[in-house]
Amino acid sequence: MPKDEIKDFRLVGTRPNRPDGLDKVTGRARYGADITAPGMLWGAVLRSPHAHAKILKIDTSKAEALSGVKAVVTRADFPTGLTGEDWNLQENTMAGEKALYDGHAIAAVAATSSQIAQEAVRLIEVEYEVLPHVTDVDDAIKPDAPVIREGAADATVPEGMPPNVVKYFEFGRGDVDAGFKDADLVMERTYKTEATHQGYIEPHACLGQLGADGKGEMWVCTQGQWYIRQMCSAVLGLNAAQLRVTPSEIGGGFGGKTTIFMEPLSLALSQKAGGRPVKIVMSRSEVLRATGPTASASMDVKIGMTKDGKLTAARAEFRMQGGAFPGAPVDMALYCCLAPYKIDNVEHIGYDVLANRPKCAAYRAPGSPMGAFAVESLIDEMCRKLDLDPMDVRLKNAVREGDQASYGPTFGSIGLAEVLEATAKHPNLSAPLGPNQGRGVASGYWFNHSGETSVSLAISEDGNAQVSVGTPDIGGSRASIALMVAETLGIAYEDVRVNVVETGSLGVNEPTHGSRATFASGKAATVAARAAIKEMCRRAANEWGIDEEAVEWVEGAAQPAGPNAGEFPPMSIKEIAKNMGKTGGPISGHHESVPEGVGASFGCHVVDVEVDPETGHTKILRYLVVQDAGRAIHPSYVEGQYQGGAVQGIGWALNEEYVYGDDGRLQNPIFLDYRMPVASDLPMIDTQIVEVPNPGHPFGVRGVGETGITPPLPAIANAIQGATGVRMSHLPMTPTKVLAALKASQE
Amino acid sequence: MSELTVHLWAGLRRFTGGHEVVTVEASTIGKMLDALVEAYPGLGPILEAGISVAVDGEIINGGRHRPLSPSNEIYLMQRMKGG
Amino acid sequence: MSKIHVTTVVNGDEVEFLADPRETLLDCLRDHLGLTGSKEGCGTGDCGACSVTVDGVLISSCLMLGVEAQGKKIETIEGMANGEELHPLQRKFIEHAALQCGFCTPGILVAAKALLEKNPDPTETEVRYWLAGNLCRCTGYDKIIRAVMDAASEMRGAA
Repeated sequence: MPKDEIKDFRLVGTRPNRPDGLDKVTGRARYGADITAPGMLWGAVLRSPHAHAKILKIDTSKAEALSGVKAVVTRADFPTGLTGEDWNLQENTMAGEKALYDGHAIAAVAATSSQIAQEAVRLIEVEYEVLPHVTDVDDAIKPDAPVIREGAADATVPEGMPPNVVKYFEFGRGDVDAGFKDADLVMERTYKTEATHQGYIEPHACLGQLGADGKGEMWVCTQGQWYIRQMCSAVLGLNAAQLRVTPSEIGGGFGGKTTIFMEPLSLALSQKAGGRPVKIVMSRSEVLRATGPTASASMDVKIGMTKDGKLTAARAEFRMQGGAFPGAPVDMALYCCLAPYKIDNVEHIGYDVLANRPKCAAYRAPGSPMGAFAVESLIDEMCRKLDLDPMDVRLKNAVREGDQASYGPTFGSIGLAEVLEATAKHPNLSAPLGPNQGRGVASGYWFNHSGETSVSLAISEDGNAQVSVGTPDIGGSRASIALMVAETLGIAYEDVRVNVVETGSLGVNEPTHGSRATFASGKAATVAARAAIKEMCRRAANEWGIDEEAVEWVEGAAQPAGPNAGEFPPMSIKEIAKNMGKTGGPISGHHESVPEGVGASFGCHVVDVEVDPETGHTKILRYLVVQDAGRAIHPSYVEGQYQGGAVQGIGWALNEEYVYGDDGRLQNPIFLDYRMPVASDLPMIDTQIVEVPNPGHPFGVRGVGETGITPPLPAIANAIQGATGVRMSHLPMTPTKVLAALKASQE
Repeated sequence: MSELTVHLWAGLRRFTGGHEVVTVEASTIGKMLDALVEAYPGLGPILEAGISVAVDGEIINGGRHRPLSPSNEIYLMQRMKGG
Repeated sequence: MSKIHVTTVVNGDEVEFLADPRETLLDCLRDHLGLTGSKEGCGTGDCGACSVTVDGVLISSCLMLGVEAQGKKIETIEGMANGEELHPLQRKFIEHAALQCGFCTPGILVAAKALLEKNPDPTETEVRYWLAGNLCRCTGYDKIIRAVMDAASEMRGAA
C-alpha cells in the first residue's frame, strides 16, 4: 500500500480481545504435553555426558528386560544413506559413530510410565572413547583444534582453511582502504557474544504414533507442522503425506521450534512398540543441553568516520560457531550489521565454525543481534570520541528508499529515517540522568521473510467465515488475521474464526518464522477472502439476473455497482450464505503462493541504565523501542512483540550465556543458573509504533517479530559506557565483568 | 532471452574467473541460475545448497519462474532464514 | 514402586488418585486428575508455570510430592473463574493483551491472585517482586504488570 493511501480502517488498527484469550486464561488451551491417547507410552532419552566421544558399544539388554519397557531405539534403527541437511538432522536426532556434544541423544526408550522409562534409560550401558573437544569459537577455528567432522566443509571453503571451518562467506563493494584514508577517525575493535537459548517456557513435547503400514500421526508443539512432517519423514524414510502432524498451542518458539529434536524418536519408538502412541516431554535441562541455542560469535570490526560523522568505510570479519553442525547465522549477521547505513566502501568476511555444542537453531532475527552489537558499539564509541550526537550520526548516514544496501541490492520502501526522527523527538531522549547513569542508543534491522503459504477460507451457513491457516499462532496472529479477513469481508471481527490446522488440511506452509505469519498468512487470507467475495457477487448477480461484473461488494453485502446495473436492495453475506446450498453449493476462497512484497523493518532503541560502582550491577531505568511496523493490524500485539524482543535482548546483553566447563559440559542447564530476565529486573518497556506502509501487503504489514531483539545488545553496552566510561566488548555484561572492567580502568 | 547482469558475492569469484558481476542469457530466475551453473560449474553445489535472489531489492525464495529482464537489478544472496 | 492412595480437595472437589511416590503434585494434577492448566516449564521451581495454592499458600507444584497433598486444599487455574464469570485478573489479562503464547499465564494468574488476596493495593514494584518467580519469555512483563495493577484497582473499587 503506497504511503498516500493510509486511511482509517473499520477494524484494522483496533485492539479487540484475542480469540484464544479465554482458553489461555482458564488453563484450557492445550499445549504439547497436555494431551494423552489410549494405549499411550512414555518416552525418555539417554544423552551423552561427554562433549566429544566415540561410541564403542551400546548395550540395551537390561533396559529391554525391565518390566513395562516396550521399545528401545538407537541409531541402528534409522535408515542410512542420508546426505546434506537431512543427514545433519538425523545425526542430531540420535548420535551415530560419535557423540558430538554434551546432551547428544544416544538411545531412547518407551515404557508404560514415565518413571519406568527414566529407569530404563539408566540401565542402558554405553562404552565411550572420550575424544578431545572444543567449545569456544576462537579455539575451534585454530588450525590444530580437535577435528569435529572430516569433510564437513562445503564448496565455499577454499583449500587450506582450518579444519572446523565449514562455510566461508565474503562480500562487499567499493574500496575500503581508500575509504579509511578519507576518514578523520578509524577505529578497530574485537567483540564477543556468547550463545543464548530462545528460552521459551514450554519444553519440547510431542505425542507420536506410527504403524507398521507407515501411516502416522503426531501432536507436537512447533512453529511449523509441515517442517516437522518433512524432517521426520526424511530422517525416518517415511512417505510425507502419510504422516499427519497437528500443531498444539505453542508455548513460545522464537525460532527454536522450527526444526526437529526428539520428534522422530517418538515415531521410531511407536513403530517398534507395535504402533502404540509415544509421548516425549523434554525436561528443562534437556531443552538447554540439546535443543537449539543460538551461535556464539567473535567479531572484528573496523570503521572510518569523518569528523562531522559521515561513515567512509567499514570492514567486518565475523567468526561464529553453531554447534557440531553447519548453520551458524554468520551470513545473516554480516548482511544486517551495516544495513542501517549508507556507506560506499564495505567489506564483509564470515566463517561458520564447528564446535562441540548443540546444533544451533534460529533465534529471532538470527545473527542480527550479534552483528549489531559489534557495529553499533563501535559507531557509538566513535561518536563519543568525536563528540558527535549518536542520533545525528545515525540520521546523517541513514539508508532511505533507493539507496544501495550494505549487502548489495537497492532498498525499496523502508522506514529507518522515520524511525530515527520519531526516536529523536521522544521524551525519553531528554530525561535527566543522575550519577552513575548513562544513555545508549542503537539501531537494528531485519529483512523479514515470506515463504510457502497456503490458506483456505469458507463461508458458513450463517454468513460467518472460517479461515484455515498453517502458521501456528505464537503471539496473536489469529487475532490479526481475523481482523484483516473481517475488514475485507465487511463483517464483524467476532464473526471470523481462524483455525491453525494440521498438515492434512492445506498445502505446504513454512513455519511461523521470519516475522511472516501476519504478513504471509494475512496476505493469503485477504486474497482468499476476495475470492469468496467474487463468488458471492456472482451468486447475487445470478439471482438478480444481471452481469456479475455489475455487482460490487460494500460493507458485507452485494449491491448493484451503479444505477445502470439495475435497482436491487443490497444482498447481505448472511442472505447469500443462507441460500448457498440452493445457488451452487459451498462458498470459499483459497490461496497458495510464496507471497511477494516482503517489507523490511528497522528499529531504534534508547536505554537508560544505572551501574552500581560497588557491585558492577546494571539496572535498566528506562527503555524505549521505536520500530517500523508498516501497518499495525492489532497494535497491542505489535507492542508485545517490541517489548518481548527488547527484553530477550536485555537478557542476552546482561545475564544469559551458555557456560561450558573445561570438561565440555554445560554448567548451567537449569533456569536458576541460566538466568533470564524476571519482572523485578525491568521497568515498563515504552514503545512507539512507526507506520511506513509496506506497498507489498494489502494492509501495509511489514512483520514485526524479530527486529526488536537486535538493538538492546549494543544499546545497553553504549549506555554502560555513558554511565561508567568503560566499554564492554564481551557479552553478557555481568556484574562480575563490569566490576572487573571498572577496576581495570581505575588502575 | 536477454542478457542479464548478475551480482554474485565476492567469495564466489574463485568459481567465475575472478568476476563478481557476470552476465548470462536468461528470461527467468530459474533459467538464470541454470545458465550460471552452465557457465561456471563450480557454482553448482552452492546454488544447489540453496540461495535467495534479490530482484530490484526484493529478496525472493522459490521464484524460479519469475520473469527477469535486463532492467532488473539482480543479486545472489545467502538463503534467507528467520526465527 | 508401589503406589500410594491420596485423597485431597482440588478446587473445592474431593478427589482421589494413586501416586507413585516419585511423582510431584504437578505430575498428579496433570496426569492423574487431567488438570493440565498448570504447566511444567522447568521442574526446579524456577519458572512458576506450575504455581498453585496449597491450603492458601502459593507454591510451585513441581517442588511438592503428590503424596504430600493428602488432606490438603489445592487451588489451581481451573478453579479461578466462577463458572462463566472470569476472575477480574483473567479478564484484565485478555483486555491488556498480557499474554502471547499463554504458557506462563496460568501460573502468573494464580500467583497474582495470591498477591491481591494478601495486598489489594500493591505498588508496581511490589507486583514486580511478587511475580519475580514467574518467568514469561514473550511479553517483557510490561502488559502483565499493567493488567495486574488494573485488576487490583477494579477489585478495590468493587469491594
